[in-house]
Amino acid sequence: MTAPLRIGFIPLVDAAALIVAVDKGFAAAEGLEVELVREVSWSNVRDKLNIGLFDAAHLLAPVAIASSLGLGHVKVPIAAPFNLGINGNAITVSPALHAALMEEIDGDRFDPLATAKALAKVVAKRRKAGADPLTFGMTFPFSTHNYQLRFWMAAAGVDPDEDVRLVVLPPPYMVDSLANGHVDAFCVGAPWNSVAVDLGIGHILHFVSDILERVAEKVLAVRQVWADKNPDVVASLVRAAVKAAEFIEQPENLAEATQLLARPERIGVDAEVIQRTLTGRLKISPDGTFRESGRYLLVGREGAGRPDPVQAAWLYAQMVRWGQTALSGEALKTAMAVFRPDLYDAALERVGDGHASPPFSAFAGPTFDPRDVAGYLASFAVGRRVP
Amino acid sequence: MSAEQSPKIVIVDESPIRAAILEEGLREAGFTQIVHIREMQSLLARIYAVDPDIILIDLENPSRDVLEAMFQVSRAVRRPIAMFVDQSDSSSIQASVEAGVSAYIVDGLKKERIKPILDLCVSRFNAFAKLQEELERTKSQLEDRKIIEKAKGILMKVKGLTEDEAYVLLRSTAMREKKKIGEIAQSIITASEMLK
Repeated sequence: MTAPLRIGFIPLVDAAALIVAVDKGFAAAEGLEVELVREVSWSNVRDKLNIGLFDAAHLLAPVAIASSLGLGHVKVPIAAPFNLGINGNAITVSPALHAALMEEIDGDRFDPLATAKALAKVVAKRRKAGADPLTFGMTFPFSTHNYQLRFWMAAAGVDPDEDVRLVVLPPPYMVDSLANGHVDAFCVGAPWNSVAVDLGIGHILHFVSDILERVAEKVLAVRQVWADKNPDVVASLVRAAVKAAEFIEQPENLAEATQLLARPERIGVDAEVIQRTLTGRLKISPDGTFRESGRYLLVGREGAGRPDPVQAAWLYAQMVRWGQTALSGEALKTAMAVFRPDLYDAALERVGDGHASPPFSAFAGPTFDPRDVAGYLASFAVGRRVP
Repeated sequence: MSAEQSPKIVIVDESPIRAAILEEGLREAGFTQIVHIREMQSLLARIYAVDPDIILIDLENPSRDVLEAMFQVSRAVRRPIAMFVDQSDSSSIQASVEAGVSAYIVDGLKKERIKPILDLCVSRFNAFAKLQEELERTKSQLEDRKIIEKAKGILMKVKGLTEDEAYVLLRSTAMREKKKIGEIAQSIITASEMLK
């Protein structure tokens, strides 16, 4: 046994592979003793990982990149040897905004271009009437939620910095904020969208997989220097996480996995709500309408666990698009190097996992190619690029 | 320190006692402009209304992520916010994170003015943690005492011992079993309830 590892996490369903790796004994089977530490903010997770209070962490993929680039905070190079989740967020809107959007919509309500255009109309009407701009909650400046919301609305010409307000809200506050009208909508991970629907105060407008087919959501993050010093521990951690992810994706294990995740010291919500997320069958309206998607949250299937540097490049491109940093070839390289398929492969003693890097497709814009980030970004009308 | 020299400090903390301890420390050190925000809703708007130079927040507070938005370029942000120390000063970051507090500084404030505030935060937060620990300990000691009294009563009744003999028996058993006397007392109470 090596020294016990302290690993930080935020109570969200996409921490599933990490939690199950520890609580189902996959980590122990690898000779690892792990203490999972539940945290209340991404800033805390980031800081505690950066200064070494945590050995590893469940981390927003964009935060791992921002930390490696020194954006928004001190620069600490991060390595991500395992991808904890692909997709998994949803956009939930208040009943009032939902009604307004459905009144304006021209086309399929699950088509993000149709809803974005409807949003543009609602925004224009509100401006004309002198109403306050709509407010959207998201979880962190460097978050997929931020980028997914922006990508969606900007496709119909809604400027996320000028036409609406985007505010950061801690996930546990999202539902209350929607209920009391502090926000009109939010983009957040599970279980919070389902909680809002169950309370009758929200409609799930989109699964984020409607907007972008595949986005790296959370990673298992370690400090790069720590990974260099502890290659065997990293390999053990990856193997434990891979086994846990495979376990979770087996339908016959679903009940056991959700029980482990639901416990109060882990995610702490009803097992049934967690189950909905893992199976991708979500109640989307208070009236009981369900919607199912095989792409809602990928934990282990379709090669989700293997970090894909193209995903890192896309997230970096979003930071550039929205003015969080200027475009630089060097920074792009650094960002891509955060995602470490090599460490993943080394742990499993194989090269690749049979899944080629899937093309990056979205409902708007060209196919993303990390070799031409500038060209990709130039194709979007709305953005806030800094020179 | 005159009022115009004293930087404006906002304390974001849901614990009124800890905030009071911190505020008192800051005032003693000559900082006169201090505002305590306890309400987390519309936190950024509240902060912008005060327009502080320094924002202090406890790490138990999920709203810390809200403050991270202040780094971003946006209409809402009037003055840019920087992290509290520069890259080289990792010991300050470590000390404050361990103490459970984080500071956000408006860009342009000199480092030598920030350091004493941060040091004070760390020491006051640590003092508060110690205080809380003591409180917990006292509470559990009180709890233990009650349990021990009850266990003594059971031993006296069942085994016909005097109060002193009952206590000696509890203590020697605890020492032999390498357990706390409270734990032994609790197991006596549990056992006697089962045997009722």
